[in-house]
Amino acid sequence: MDIGLTPGLTLADARARVPQLAAVEMDHAADAAWLERIADFCDRYTPMTALDAPDGLVLDITGCAHLFGGEKGLLDDLVARLSHGTTQVRTALAGTPQAARALARFGQPHVIVAPGGEAAAVAPLPVAALEAGAETMTALLRAGLKTVGDLACRPHKPLVARFGAALAARLVRLQGGENIAIAPRRPVPVCSAERRFAEPLTQTGDVLATLEALAGHAADSLEKRGHGGRRFDAALFRTDGTVSRLTIETARPVRAPEVVTRLFRERIDTLGDPLDPGYGYDLIRLSVPVSAALETAQHTLDGRQVEDEDVTALIDRLSTRFGRHAVTQFVPAETHIPEEAVRAMPAGHAAAQATHWQMAPADARPMRPVHLFAQPQPIEALAEIPDGPPLRFRWRRVLHEIARAEGPERIAPEWWRGDEGSRTRDYYCVEDSHGRRFWIFRHGLYEELPHHPRWFMHGLFA
Amino acid sequence: MQPTLIELQRQITALAPMQKPTDQQGFVTLGAERADAALGSALARGALHEMFAAQAADAAALTGFCAGLAQCISGDAGRIVWIRQGFSETEAGPLFMPGLAALGLDPAHIIHVRARRPEDGLRAALEAVRCAALGAVLIELWGMPRSLDLTATRRLALAAEASGTTPLLMRLAAEPGPSVAQTRWQVAAAPSRALAANAPGRPAFDITLLRNRAGASGQRWHLEWDHERKRFRHAATVSGSVAAVPDKRPVPAPVERLARTG
Repeated sequence: MDIGLTPGLTLADARARVPQLAAVEMDHAADAAWLERIADFCDRYTPMTALDAPDGLVLDITGCAHLFGGEKGLLDDLVARLSHGTTQVRTALAGTPQAARALARFGQPHVIVAPGGEAAAVAPLPVAALEAGAETMTALLRAGLKTVGDLACRPHKPLVARFGAALAARLVRLQGGENIAIAPRRPVPVCSAERRFAEPLTQTGDVLATLEALAGHAADSLEKRGHGGRRFDAALFRTDGTVSRLTIETARPVRAPEVVTRLFRERIDTLGDPLDPGYGYDLIRLSVPVSAALETAQHTLDGRQVEDEDVTALIDRLSTRFGRHAVTQFVPAETHIPEEAVRAMPAGHAAAQATHWQMAPADARPMRPVHLFAQPQPIEALAEIPDGPPLRFRWRRVLHEIARAEGPERIAPEWWRGDEGSRTRDYYCVEDSHGRRFWIFRHGLYEELPHHPRWFMHGLFA
Repeated sequence: MQPTLIELQRQITALAPMQKPTDQQGFVTLGAERADAALGSALARGALHEMFAAQAADAAALTGFCAGLAQCISGDAGRIVWIRQGFSETEAGPLFMPGLAALGLDPAHIIHVRARRPEDGLRAALEAVRCAALGAVLIELWGMPRSLDLTATRRLALAAEASGTTPLLMRLAAEPGPSVAQTRWQVAAAPSRALAANAPGRPAFDITLLRNRAGASGQRWHLEWDHERKRFRHAATVSGSVAAVPDKRPVPAPVERLARTG
């Protein structure tokens, strides 16, 4: 740098050279977040973006370059968009991610390697580009091998014998001999459609109209596979590089564009922070990361199919608006413990659809309450005889005189689960003098406990 | 009934064309003769009905009555959206599906929506009521939310008229306010007819018709839910005698709000 500092200098040395130097602790989290933002921005070029932490990004632009006027055009566009402000960009474009990485870090800035030219392009790079560890590096330098090219012209076998197979493998990758696919940040969608705008969009209505058109394109390609989308991602790329993402999920595969758009409208309506277009969106992409087979609906005579579809569509709208955790259906669980006997599933889930509940057998009265507290609530109860139902109890500061009672129904803890603290519960259904019915239990048996067992309110009967 | 028989019956129900029970086209009958005779065409499908719990402690009675009413409205196969406010869950406990199953309401038909705020609940309700494929929509709101005004109830009523789906507005800890509801009811728990050994019997309710746009109001019935017939019946007429009342029954306290304790 201009003032005589080089990377790798210790802080004390640097201060000695530049006394007024301001030192700031490195903020890894902020750096990582910034890299993520740049990666989001780079999604506009290709869906295959991978992080090369802490300061690199790898983009697989196979089949994408022609959209930007060739590789040169893409690279120029990327550099132009990124290098305003404080960000310094070095890029390289090569046939394999390793070669591109080495060229970007150790070579000339903004290189484009012609297909097959990797070996020649990496030859002048220092051996450090192999990133083989400090020890190997020292050994290589001592042997007088300064560049990748020096190493490449040596015979292969002695190299492996001296430095190990790992170094040889690195060399081969660097020269473009072996292509290892990158692991993209986001799963590659089943299909995606996008539209670019010369004049950025600022109106939410326009965004939705675009999404509907894109959903139409996506529907075409989904239809060819006989699939429908289970999840739709909309990525709105702002001109300043910020990317907003909207996701909707559906209970059953859909591909009708108007349904998708309606869900996106719900999603936008319920955003905590309203959509901020800034100076506008210049690229909108709709991708379908999850899809499933969609059978063409067969209309039955009774119209039940149509009703099912209506209800599913309603579930999707409600889930999009209130969240999937808020719209639930219930399935029974295999346990005797009442508070664990039911599990909530997102509504429309296949497991909830396939459930059969044990309906009331011909009992004289309902055996389970309609409301059940997740946590049993302690009550003060007075029982006439140790093993009998209470005479009266106090719950939430109100005294209830018991007029009728039935019980006990004994529910023992599930010993096979090894809960040491749990005790046998004796449940009673009691009715107070006002006609309110409660489900209360005594926690523990009289003969087991030195103190009186405690009583709890667990549920309310209709 | 044998479990296999129950299973078969369920399959038959699933196969049969879905139809809302047409005891009287467009109107719901409770099954209790005197009440139905007095109601006439009051309990219309596709209209808004408002149910008040007499006291907050009658929350479970309200749930039971509305679970029964929802079955009268939507029949065996109709699906139900049940919207509850988060606060109701802390105060009166979450709905317990085996308990609803014991009342004859198949939990597989229930879509449960938890709303954080009353306006969310009303919004979800409006969305659900517009869906003609549902049997009934139950909206349980706690207290007197400002968002539940005349306009909100009118929206619900209009949507119900258009779709034929019946919304039941369940109100807890609330006083009747302006509303366009077709009927307005008050529900309180009532002593049940004792079974053997003084055991509590079938769910019993003390129902008052507070308002009826289609006729006279002010009637009061003591109904009992029969989960086998899936209909209500008058509690007193069955046994010929009124449910036994314990001799030491205290005078009911004038106002008994459900106190919140730690």
